[in-house]
Amino acid sequence: MTWPLYDGGFWPALLLGLLFGLVLEGAGFGSARKLTAQFSLRDFAVIKVMFTAVIVAAAGLWLARTAGIIAQDSVYVPTLFFWSIALGGALIGAGFAMGGYCPGTSAVGLASGRIDALVFMFGMVAGIGLFAGVFDWIEPFYKAAKGAPAQTLDQLLGVPAIAIILAMAAMGAAAFYFGSKLEARFGGPVQASDGKESVSKDEKRGSGIGSLSF
Amino acid sequence: MFGTPRPYWHPLIAGLLLGLVLLATFLVTGHGLGASGVFTRAAATIGLWTMPEATAANRYLGGFAAGVPLAGWITWEIIGVLLGGLIGSLSSGRFRAKIERGRETAPGRRLVFAFAGGVLVGLGSRLARGCTSGLGLSGGATLAVAGFLFLIFFFAAGFLTMRFMRRDWT
Repeated sequence: MTWPLYDGGFWPALLLGLLFGLVLEGAGFGSARKLTAQFSLRDFAVIKVMFTAVIVAAAGLWLARTAGIIAQDSVYVPTLFFWSIALGGALIGAGFAMGGYCPGTSAVGLASGRIDALVFMFGMVAGIGLFAGVFDWIEPFYKAAKGAPAQTLDQLLGVPAIAIILAMAAMGAAAFYFGSKLEARFGGPVQASDGKESVSKDEKRGSGIGSLSF
Repeated sequence: MFGTPRPYWHPLIAGLLLGLVLLATFLVTGHGLGASGVFTRAAATIGLWTMPEATAANRYLGGFAAGVPLAGWITWEIIGVLLGGLIGSLSSGRFRAKIERGRETAPGRRLVFAFAGGVLVGLGSRLARGCTSGLGLSGGATLAVAGFLFLIFFFAAGFLTMRFMRRDWT
């Protein structure tokens, strides 16, 4: 068997997607309040989970290449277009902090019953329609400052891939250490039991009794 | 089912498992996980229903006009994400049919911001040619320069925007 299998079929896609959704939900990424708490430094789950996943997958791909299981250029690597990727990334970060989700987590949010995630999805479709509408006008910007095709950071810096992976692992460990300290300072992380309606109901009931006795 | 929700997984465990799912995706398909592509296909589908000529003539979405826009790997994957998310939220008691918002935030205001944030993310995902999954996670795992540039601007803008959004989320 040669790897990758390049299997684009229905069942592997469904199964891999199912596992993706299961893990995102388990991490708490179906909750907009948990996700956005990353940006107020109260909850570092987004950075912790993303860093760990990127390091594990990067190390796995490196091992598979080193062991000769997959060939050097056998997996898809996106190509840099400096300005459109920088601005696009910034718009997604801003929209995430405003809307509460990114595209993948909005699907998990909807699967967790969140109506705001569905409205966010309608917004995304509208935004994509808007992009298509102005595509002719922004095309030069969209295609500007193209990097070397499928360039990786180790190629750009002229260092071995494992050096990048080890540097990321060190950064990841620091993110866990300092992230947990900041979480403690800002009253995080956000728990599954947080933001329950019963909390606000109890508060209302309390004030109600207070006004009665008054 | 609607009792006390079970706690979220430890981020290290969730991250390890997510990394393994991502690695498996690379080994099976030759590419990583994505998400925003399905909304592009949804936009093309709605465009073909509501304004077929303009959509077919559009240089960005017109390519989808020849076939069924939603028939593709990313659609099957996102159906899986919805199923996986549903299994996870129902089995853990974390499923809640609600508008998630800050304690002082009115539901209408929350939905306006959800829609506006969605518009920005939709625009951004087409400009960047991917989203947090496709560029950040999958691009990062291949050590792509594009992936790291995306992540830097994504987090910088997220932290900056939160300075104006903090009251809405508390």
